[in-house]
Amino acid sequence: MASTGASDTATTAQADRAHGDDTQDGVRRRDWIHIAALSTAGVGAASVLFPLVSQMAPSADVLAASTTDVDISALQPGQSVKAEFRKQPLFVTRLTDATMAEASEIDVSSLRDPQSFEDRTQETDRSVLVQLGVCTHLGCVPLGAAEGENKGEFNGYFCPCHGSHYDAIGRIRKGPAPTNLAVPDFEFVSESVIRVG
Amino acid sequence: MSFAWAKQYEPKSAFTKWVDEKLPVPRLVYNAVGAGYPVPRNLNYMWNFGVLAGFCLVLQIVTGVVLAMHYAANTEVAFGTVEHIMRNVNYGWMMRYAHANGASFFFIVIYLHIFRGLFYSSYKAPREMIWLLGVVIFLLLMATAFMGYVLPWGQMSFWGAKVITGLFGAIPFIGEPLQIWLVGGYAPDNAALNRFFSLHFLLPFVTAGVVILHIWALHIPGSSNPTGVEVKKESDTVPFHPYYTAKDGFGLGIFLILFTFMVFFLPNTLGHPDNYVEANPLSTPALIVPEWYFYPFYAILRAFTGDLTIPFTGIVLIEAKLLGVIAMFGSILVWFFLPWLDKSPVRSGHYRPLFNKFFWLGLMPCMGALFYLGGAKPEEPYIVLSQIFTAYYFLHFLVILPIISQIEVPKPLPFSITEAVLGSDDKPGSSTGGGTHPKPKDAVKDLPGRDPDGSLQPAE
Repeated sequence: MASTGASDTATTAQADRAHGDDTQDGVRRRDWIHIAALSTAGVGAASVLFPLVSQMAPSADVLAASTTDVDISALQPGQSVKAEFRKQPLFVTRLTDATMAEASEIDVSSLRDPQSFEDRTQETDRSVLVQLGVCTHLGCVPLGAAEGENKGEFNGYFCPCHGSHYDAIGRIRKGPAPTNLAVPDFEFVSESVIRVG
Repeated sequence: MSFAWAKQYEPKSAFTKWVDEKLPVPRLVYNAVGAGYPVPRNLNYMWNFGVLAGFCLVLQIVTGVVLAMHYAANTEVAFGTVEHIMRNVNYGWMMRYAHANGASFFFIVIYLHIFRGLFYSSYKAPREMIWLLGVVIFLLLMATAFMGYVLPWGQMSFWGAKVITGLFGAIPFIGEPLQIWLVGGYAPDNAALNRFFSLHFLLPFVTAGVVILHIWALHIPGSSNPTGVEVKKESDTVPFHPYYTAKDGFGLGIFLILFTFMVFFLPNTLGHPDNYVEANPLSTPALIVPEWYFYPFYAILRAFTGDLTIPFTGIVLIEAKLLGVIAMFGSILVWFFLPWLDKSPVRSGHYRPLFNKFFWLGLMPCMGALFYLGGAKPEEPYIVLSQIFTAYYFLHFLVILPIISQIEVPKPLPFSITEAVLGSDDKPGSSTGGGTHPKPKDAVKDLPGRDPDGSLQPAE
C-alpha cells in the first residue's frame, strides 16, 4: 500500500483503511473481494486448462481403432503370429503341451515378476498365449516369435537392445526388464478368432 | 524508466532477493505491469485494449500451437485434418472455434486500440515510436491472419491466397516472377501451403517480440491519457497494480463474455460457408471476399477501376491493378507518417473542436462505409461509393489533418490531470513527487515532448 506516496495517494490509502476497518471477525471486505475474484479466475483457468490437457489424449479415431481381431485357426502348436494392436506388435502363440508343462513347473516365487502359467492364459483355451511384443525395459521388439530368431537363454524371447531374456510364456528371467511381457485383455469371439482390446 | 516517484521493487524473501540479483525478472514485471509503473489516474475504458490485445496474442498462440499438433500442411490432407480436429480430437472443435473467432476478436480489439490512438493522438511526440511499432504489429497481424486463413485449404482459403498473391503480380517488370517465387508455383499448391504454415507459426512470435518493444517504448514516456496533458507530478498517477490490473481485469471479463458467446453459440457467423468446401483450383466461388477485418482495405483495392493515363494521349502511366495495390498498402503506410502529418500540439480530440468534427463526421463514417463496401458485390453503386470514400480516406490524412492542425483554435486545456479529475489542483503538498513545480505558462501552452518542467524522467 502507498507508504511513501504523496498526500493524495495517502488519503486514498487511508480511506481504504477506514473502509477496511469495517470488519467482521477480522476479515476485511476487501479480502472477500480478493478471494472471490481470484477464485473466479481460478475456476476459469482450470476449466480452460482441462480442454488444453485433454486435447493431447488419443483422439476419437485413434480410440475407434483400439481393438484388433486375430484369426488363430491356422495356428499350429509351437507357432506364433505377429499382429498389430494399437500400433504395437502383438505376439499370438499356440503353445505346445511340453512348453505348457514346463512353464507350470517353475516355482513362481523365484521369478522377478511372479506370474503363474494360469495368470498369463485364459481358461477357455490354455494353449493360446497373447502378449504385446514390447520389451518392458525400453520398448524394443523382442526376438523369438518367428522361426530362427534368437530365443534367449530360456528358450522364449530375447530383446536385442539391452539383453533381456524372457521364457517361453514371456516371463522375465534375466536382464534389465522389470516385468513380464504385457498380456492385453482379450476374449474369444469364436473358437478360432480372438478380439484383443 | 518511468517517473521518479515510481515505487521500487523490494524483494521480501531470501529467494526473491536471490532471483533479483541473478535475473531480475520479477523486478521487470513489477516495473512493467505492477505497482512500479505509475499510470495517469484518468484513463477511461478505451485504454483497456492494449492489455486485451496482448491477451488475444496469447490466446491465439496457445490455441494455435494446439491446432498445429493435429494439423498437417499438405494439400492432400489439410482439409481433412481440420475436420479431424473438429470431430476426433478432444475439444478440437473448441480450440479451432476459439482460434478462428480469436482472430476476429483480435482485430476488433486492435481496431479499437488504433481508434483510441487516432482520437487521442497517442501517436504524437514523445510517443511516435510506440505508434510506429504499433503499425508494424498491425501489418504483422494482417499477414499472419491472411496466411492462417489459407491453412484449412477450403475454397475461400485457396481463392483468397490466389487473389492476394496475385497482388504482387501487379508490380511492374518483376511482378510476375515475384508472384511465382512467392507461391512456389503458378498457382497456390503444396509449396504455398507449407510456407504459409511455416510463416503462420513463426510470425506470432515475431509479433510478440515487437510487442515487447512496443511496451518498452511505452514505458519511457509513460501512458498517454484522455486529456492529453502530460503527467506532471505524483498526484496525476496511480500505480498500475492494483488500479489498472483491476480495471483491465474487468474489461477482460466483458471481453471473455462476448468472446465465449461467439465461440459457443455463433462460431461460424464471422466466417464464410464456402470455406467448408475443399479447395478446387478449377472453380471459383461466386463472391470472393476476405475475412471481415480486411473489408476496408479490400474496398480500397477494388476502388481503382481505371488506369492512370496522361490526358488526351492515351499513354498509360500506371495500370488500375497496380493503383489499387499501391492504394491498399498506402492506406496503412500513411499511418507511419501520422505523427508528422498532425502538427497540432494538443493531443486529445476532446480539446480540438475542428478535429473532432472531421473525426466523427468524416473519418469514422468513411471507415464504416469502406467496411460495408469491402464486403459488397463489385458492382454499381458500390464501386463509385468505394472510390468516393477511398478518396476521402486519403484526403483526411494527407490534407485535412495537416490543415486543421494549423488553423484550429483548441479549447483551453486543464492545468494538470489532477485538476481535470478533481476540478482543482491547489491542495498543499500535492506535488511532492519528482520534478519541480511546473510554471503555469508551460501548462497553458502544453507542448508535447518539450515539457521543460522536467517531470518526465527518462530511462533509469
